[in-house]
Amino acid sequence: MAEELQQTNVGLDESPEAVLKVDDLRTSFFVGKSEVKAVDGVSFEVPKGKTLGIVGESGSGKSITALSILNLIEKPGEIKGGSIKYKGEELVNAKISRMRKIRGNEISMIFQEPMTSLNPVYTIGDQLSEVIKIHQKFGPKKQKERAIEMLKLVGIPSPEKRMKQYPYELSGGMRQRVMIAIALACKPELLISDEPTTALDVTIQAQILELIKELQEEIGMSVIMITHDLGVVAETCDYVAVMYAGRVVEYADVYTLFENPKHPYTVGLLNSLPRHDIEQDELVPIKGNVPAPHEMPPGCKFAPRCPFASDICKEMPELKKIDDGNDVRCWIYDERWDGEKGVKVYENK
Amino acid sequence: MSQNNGYQDMTSTQLLMKNIKEFFGRLNKNKAAMVGFYVLVILFFIAVFGYLDARFGWLGISSTKTNLTARLEGPSAEFLFGTDHMGRDILYRIFHGMHITLGVGFAATFLAALVGVPLGILAGYYGKWIDSIIMRIMDVLLAFPGILLALFIVSILGGSTINVTIAVAISAVPQFARIVRGSTLTTKNLEYIDAIRALGAKDFKIIFQHILPNIMSPIIVNTSIFLASAVLSIAGLSFLGLGVQPPIPEWGAMLNDGRNYMYQAGHITFFPGMMIVIVVLAFNLLGDGLRDALDPKLKN
Amino acid sequence: MIRFITQRLIQLIPVLFGVTILVFGILHLTPGDPALIMAGESAPEATVNAIRRRLGLDNPLHIQYFDFLKNVLTLDFGTSIRDNIPVSDHISARFFITFELAVISTAFSIFAGLLVGIVSAVWKYSFWDVSLMVITLFGLSMPNFWLGLMLIQWFSINLGWFAPTGWGNPNQMVLPVIALGTAGAAIIARMTRSSMLDVIGQDYIRTARAKGVKERSVIFKHALKNALIPVVTVAGLQFGYFLSGSVLTESVFAINGLGRLIIDSIFARDFPVVQGTVLVLAVMFVTVNFLVDITYKFLNKRVDLN
Repeated sequence: MAEELQQTNVGLDESPEAVLKVDDLRTSFFVGKSEVKAVDGVSFEVPKGKTLGIVGESGSGKSITALSILNLIEKPGEIKGGSIKYKGEELVNAKISRMRKIRGNEISMIFQEPMTSLNPVYTIGDQLSEVIKIHQKFGPKKQKERAIEMLKLVGIPSPEKRMKQYPYELSGGMRQRVMIAIALACKPELLISDEPTTALDVTIQAQILELIKELQEEIGMSVIMITHDLGVVAETCDYVAVMYAGRVVEYADVYTLFENPKHPYTVGLLNSLPRHDIEQDELVPIKGNVPAPHEMPPGCKFAPRCPFASDICKEMPELKKIDDGNDVRCWIYDERWDGEKGVKVYENK
Repeated sequence: MSQNNGYQDMTSTQLLMKNIKEFFGRLNKNKAAMVGFYVLVILFFIAVFGYLDARFGWLGISSTKTNLTARLEGPSAEFLFGTDHMGRDILYRIFHGMHITLGVGFAATFLAALVGVPLGILAGYYGKWIDSIIMRIMDVLLAFPGILLALFIVSILGGSTINVTIAVAISAVPQFARIVRGSTLTTKNLEYIDAIRALGAKDFKIIFQHILPNIMSPIIVNTSIFLASAVLSIAGLSFLGLGVQPPIPEWGAMLNDGRNYMYQAGHITFFPGMMIVIVVLAFNLLGDGLRDALDPKLKN
Repeated sequence: MIRFITQRLIQLIPVLFGVTILVFGILHLTPGDPALIMAGESAPEATVNAIRRRLGLDNPLHIQYFDFLKNVLTLDFGTSIRDNIPVSDHISARFFITFELAVISTAFSIFAGLLVGIVSAVWKYSFWDVSLMVITLFGLSMPNFWLGLMLIQWFSINLGWFAPTGWGNPNQMVLPVIALGTAGAAIIARMTRSSMLDVIGQDYIRTARAKGVKERSVIFKHALKNALIPVVTVAGLQFGYFLSGSVLTESVFAINGLGRLIIDSIFARDFPVVQGTVLVLAVMFVTVNFLVDITYKFLNKRVDLN
């Protein structure tokens, strides 16, 4: 595994194996005359067959990033710039007809709210067959067979019966399984799961994550796992992008990130997480809250909550690769930094 | 739903003032509602002036003078809106009749609220058999669609200005009672009302100091929305000859006069109807605006 | 579902009972002798007495009511004072006209309302949306009898396109349907618009888009079917109003339906006919509302998340 990680080359360097490359993505929402930069220069890539975790607090722009990939941003939102390359093909400003062929077929998405993500007035069968009908040249009989096969695959008992049921007749966990079946029905290259387990019970959460992992191996697809839960990241991801206030602040493979986090925000997140592998005296929450859009500081957005903030943080740091392989957006790792170098991870302040 | 959370420390007057302030802020943002509001203010002053002029003849114009040499004349410089079948000036009749349309509309709505609001509070606050009896009676009244109940009542009472007001008011009572009952129930179940009751406050005091200020919004919204349909109902009944009787220049009654002369003089039916549209439109605009401004479900 | 229907049916009984009391009672609760009211103030004593005897007004009030109720349950509403024809014959002769007017007007309201509502919702805040919503506001604020008069003025008198009065051939039907249906169309349009906007913001619409569904299907397949649920209710209620509230329209266009029967009978002081017709209209209204309620419950079953 470690060797493989070396090969795939962490970071933003050109990598022929990346299924998706996002570069300097900027998505804004316009409220009256003011612009809220929900995603402000996000870059990452998803290697083939691997899972990229995007972690961040709510409002950090991770869901908007996901919706931007499929061009599902609606007014008053708008993709302002940057590039999203799917297997070398530019998706920003792609034709809508082309996007429709990609959605649900080559790139699929599952959402946070299984309770409301299925159309209440159509049966499970209708909604599952629909995506197959759109993207595959199957006859009605084959469509139905495929739909039942998918329901079986995601572990739904008596699929023939479920096909005729409406969403209200299913539990939240079952509905999320149906969502996964819909997303995977056309064997996509990339699955974007936007907090797929947040709304579910803990026991169901584990089942759903396990299911996604199994199916990923079976289909050989890549996954973007969007979550605020570092536990989910540790269990499922190969690489992690940590987002804060619309930007990626740290990018690394999952082992490096957990063992050797560099950005003070990542450190803070890990310190606030209970861990079994290391002795902890107490959990340390990050001070304060994410600033409201109109209160965003200039420069590093994390500075007001950062224990190491200094004058230079009023300028925006670049996302740069440092020696250990992490990409970090922080002045601490810059030559100009005159303060204490580096941070101890589990030091309790 | 409970906009009262955190308001517990305020007296009912403060609560009312705060609500009023908030409400005007919201209403001000709604341009359509403000247009409706200003139109109504202007119409109101014209109506008052028209009423006084009809009584004291300040302007020296007459809406009652018949002139058989100038019957059914179309709009001209002399008669801006033309004349009717008896040679009366339609513009002057509309002007002198404005207070009737507005007055009867307001009177019917006010009467309906006067009866419906206490019934709704009683049903909502005391519940049990009082609630059952009141609401079953309201259900019976609601079984009559639109103006049918008013029509039925007027048919027996006989057509007159007062009777049509009463009839339209009765048909609107259940709407008020229903809405007020619902809001009273919600308010009554708030924790702070329980606390006040536990402290030994009398029902009377609770209703007037705590329930009433809290249910003012739905009452006001319903009133403004109902005003539009009251004007329509009254004009409709008068148009059928069962409401305000000629020669009173009520606009619906004027339409009834004019319908017999449509082949010769279409303008007789045009102008009074247009005025009804303006009044009803203004009430609808204001009513929509008030609902948006006051409905807690739509706040934000 | 069956329990819900039974429950609602049981609730209907006291309401219908109350309706009969009200219809029976108003005539008797009013000050003055009902026989005298019917005969007219200046009628000779003998006529008044004849009416009194014929309607059984000599009996005690509760006996009169039970007779009334008994007759009503066998669809016997008495006979008309004017022409001695049974009231039920009068009603059945005119019922179909009113029913037809209501059905066609509802159809018009739904068609026009949906069209306008969907256009407005899909192009929200556009020039078309704003214009259409202003027009619907006028539609709501127009007295239907005045609209009827104006339609007659323009399309019958000035242009000669349609017949100004009557009912039966298509030429006579167009104007009354527009006059009666416009307000309903306006209500349905506004309802459809707000309902569509509500639905378009739902998660499952995003899911549909994420599946690669064409925008046309997103609107007409995924959004519309959900948005229609509240609209069905409004359309049903409109039908109830049209069925029993077309009094003014029938008067304007001289259509011989139930509404006109009431008006004519009121002027002729023919109270058995007024009572019978009002009763029938109220019962129809209650029935339609009941059916709308059941339909809504049924349609909403899948949508209601609780």
